Amino acid sequence: MAVKDYLRERFFPHMWCPGCGHGTILNSLIRAVEELDLNKNEIVMTSGIGCSARISGYVDFHSLHTLHGRALTFATGVKLSRPHLKVLVPMGDGDALAIGGNHFIHAARRNIDITAIVMNNRIYGMTGGQFSPLSGPGVKATTAPFLTIDSSFDVVELAKAAGATFVARSTAYHAKEATGYLKKAIMHKGFSVVEILSQCPTHYGRKNKEGDAVSMLELHKTNTAPLGSKALKENPSLTPRGIFVDVERPEYCSEYDKIIDYAMKEAR
Amino acid sequence: MAKKVLRELRLNRDWCKGCGICVSFCPKNVLELDSKDKVVAVRPEDCICCMLCELRCPDLAIEVLTDQESDNE
Repeated sequence: MAVKDYLRERFFPHMWCPGCGHGTILNSLIRAVEELDLNKNEIVMTSGIGCSARISGYVDFHSLHTLHGRALTFATGVKLSRPHLKVLVPMGDGDALAIGGNHFIHAARRNIDITAIVMNNRIYGMTGGQFSPLSGPGVKATTAPFLTIDSSFDVVELAKAAGATFVARSTAYHAKEATGYLKKAIMHKGFSVVEILSQCPTHYGRKNKEGDAVSMLELHKTNTAPLGSKALKENPSLTPRGIFVDVERPEYCSEYDKIIDYAMKEAR
Repeated sequence: MAKKVLRELRLNRDWCKGCGICVSFCPKNVLELDSKDKVVAVRPEDCICCMLCELRCPDLAIEVLTDQESDNE
């Protein structure tokens, strides 16, 4: 199937701002699904609230646009009742780790076979540029006119600690690399987290003097380095990209099936 | 190995929002923004079919259609 067969073309052009990284992430995700040759009737996408969450309207899969931060809970319900479906959950940084932070760590702990995609633009774009738990210190936002003082979460470390069995990070600039990680994450059996750094030129870039979409993408290139690379060794302040965790652990739906079998035998 | 050659750069001007990402990152400067801030292919003969514009376009407005160049030419 062609890439466009996975899109709901009637909703295009999409509502994201010019140069928004979320569009590139949609592009990478659609390509991952196309390269895996998945049947679009067997994919469910659930999303919460925010700019990022609008992605579920643009893909021609089964889609649920749900409550803020609760995309993973709806996804858990879908997965438990129809375990053969592939469940993709794109979330924004606030959606995943502020409002939905609790759901995020517990979905990771259970190791349920869901692919969580954190579209991290480090700001609440839709509501006007408030800082998020991923903004980090020293960032200007509408709710921090004199710069933020909060430290940020590291999505990768958090997902690792919570028990996710596949954790990767890429950026909107490295679109091809992101597609590769998404493919691996979708095929992984267990809870997989892919953090993709995105750019918000409208709210983040403008306030923080990072310029337009192009110069923000340049920063993705200069501020990150692949895991195990020489550049990362020489300059540990760079953000590492790559696959951080890829392990096997009993998956929640399979374990649940075992419990059902056991209970049915006991009942007899 | 057969080389990819450009058949058509399909630019969807209705979807393009003129962010200029494709223009800036094209290694061969094939693309430009016109007076309406929409993408146009000004030097399609220079295109090396690297597909970076298609992969990075946030508006999914670019399609690079290619042919395989036969080896015995």
